Amino acid sequence: MSYADLILRKTPAWLKFALLGGLFLFLLAFPRIYPKSYAMGVMCRILMYTILAGSLNVINGYSGQFNIGHAGFYCVGAYCEAILATRFGITFWIALPLSGIAAACVGLLVSLPTLRLKGIYLAIVTLGSSEIIRLLFLNGNDFTGGPIGIKNIPSPYIGSFKISKSVHFYYIFLFLAAIFFFLTYRIIKSRVGRAWVSIREDELAAKSLGVETSRYKASNFMYGAFWAGIAGAAFAPYFKFISSDMFTLDEGFNILSMVIIGGQGTLIGPIVGSIIVNFLTEFLRPISQYRLVVYALLIIVMMWIRPQGLVGASNSILASGRIRFRGRKKSAGETK
Amino acid sequence: MKSVLLEARDICQYFGGLKAVEKVNMQIRVGDIFGVIGPNGAGKTTFFNICSGIFKPTSGEIFFRGESINGFAPEKIARLGMARTFQNIQLFKFMTVLENVKIGFHIRTKTGMLSAILRDRQYREDERFANEKGIEVLERVGLMSFKDTLASNLPYGIQRKVEIARALALDPKILLLDEPVAGMNPIETKALSDFIIDLNKSGYTIAVIEHDMKFVMNTCNRILVLNFGQKICEGTPETVRNDKGVNEAYFGKGIIAGGNS
Repeated sequence: MSYADLILRKTPAWLKFALLGGLFLFLLAFPRIYPKSYAMGVMCRILMYTILAGSLNVINGYSGQFNIGHAGFYCVGAYCEAILATRFGITFWIALPLSGIAAACVGLLVSLPTLRLKGIYLAIVTLGSSEIIRLLFLNGNDFTGGPIGIKNIPSPYIGSFKISKSVHFYYIFLFLAAIFFFLTYRIIKSRVGRAWVSIREDELAAKSLGVETSRYKASNFMYGAFWAGIAGAAFAPYFKFISSDMFTLDEGFNILSMVIIGGQGTLIGPIVGSIIVNFLTEFLRPISQYRLVVYALLIIVMMWIRPQGLVGASNSILASGRIRFRGRKKSAGETK
Repeated sequence: MKSVLLEARDICQYFGGLKAVEKVNMQIRVGDIFGVIGPNGAGKTTFFNICSGIFKPTSGEIFFRGESINGFAPEKIARLGMARTFQNIQLFKFMTVLENVKIGFHIRTKTGMLSAILRDRQYREDERFANEKGIEVLERVGLMSFKDTLASNLPYGIQRKVEIARALALDPKILLLDEPVAGMNPIETKALSDFIIDLNKSGYTIAVIEHDMKFVMNTCNRILVLNFGQKICEGTPETVRNDKGVNEAYFGKGIIAGGNS
């Protein structure tokens, strides 16, 4: 157990809820405290990536399936909302859940043939499928806008109130993120969540205990894809323009790096990862394209010193390499 | 005569040219403590893997409670009432002992994603059931003091017990134990033997693979002996002890020095 775990375990429940509530209230009031539109833009990005990284973490961190093509599901959600809104005039509030469901269906399609694959083989398939999805939208001619993308995605309305500024979208992303974490927390702390984690820890043992691993792997993939779709659907009207080159593999790796830096298999990890990576992006703007080098170095250093991520628990399966490393050192000392 | 619970008919399992298990017949009756013994590489674990659905036999059939379970997935067989432990311990290492046992209650609870989100009655009942019964199982196996310890931090002997506790959570009709006393000292072995007899008295049918002869002879009421994948003997400990084939498999053929024939 790490110190963070011990502190968390000793904190009484009411204090945890008070802290969480306080944080939420602070985030609610944040636009009033600091109403710069640049800051709002950054906050929107952070919150959106929190949902994306969080949903990827449900797949990679909890059920241990190695998905690196999360951008594909994000792409499906964004295009689905954009097409429904521009071609069919469907309101954002209906298009949002529909996009999530569309992404979940694509998630099911990707997961069904890959149920028997593990680790790096699964990673390659997800990588390929992410790119296939993007290319389908790129070559979709008039319907998907082809290489030009989709412009003038209409802003959503609440009654007659037009949601168009960053501040407004800040609240949309904030509520979506809050809903995401609330639902995910409840699922993780239930029989379904335990089944997912058991697959990550030991699939054969899980099977012998009657866990229908195929079903749970598919449902896990669908749940993660659903939220990536939701994030995409909220992104489309926020940015007002989407094109297929926004959803390249780089985007997938970007999301993955947040999960790895923050900490897989924890709920807070992706939030921390999203904050760090997005702030870095802002700070490193002056050195433009070299910032990708900084990300790569950061991931390498993280994998080296703290494979479970910044806030990752030492009881995560990823920390095992570290434990073994220490054990080897010790036994080498004993033989002297 | 008691009814047959698990039956193997002419089970063969070939891996390429290797005949791991060949034409093995076996009947485990309700209430048995059934021992499977044999020298290393005799096909004991392979045979268990066939019974629990991890391997599909090359030929032959497995009947469980009178129904053929050939080609069933392990999770389906677990649902029918067969639980097992593994030779190389397969615990959920980075979960606590209680969490390990809770997964054992998977088939006896029903919460789906929607119930979990709404925290409805189904969820509350299932969580209470898993918690209460989980603690009950841990008390029974004597692991209460390790309730919140990570499984990977436990000593070998205790880890084996956690696996048994996890299997008991399924409330199985039959319990397959693969080398449960490996790595235990004689006192722990005796304790586990008593525990298994106790379990058997409370209604569990048990099949056990073991190398420790003293353990097998004292605990089991029927024994199957395998050698090079073939059955060489099946019967009570007495029969097995006096069987010529078994002695040959373990000690070799010919005149033993100092003895006659």
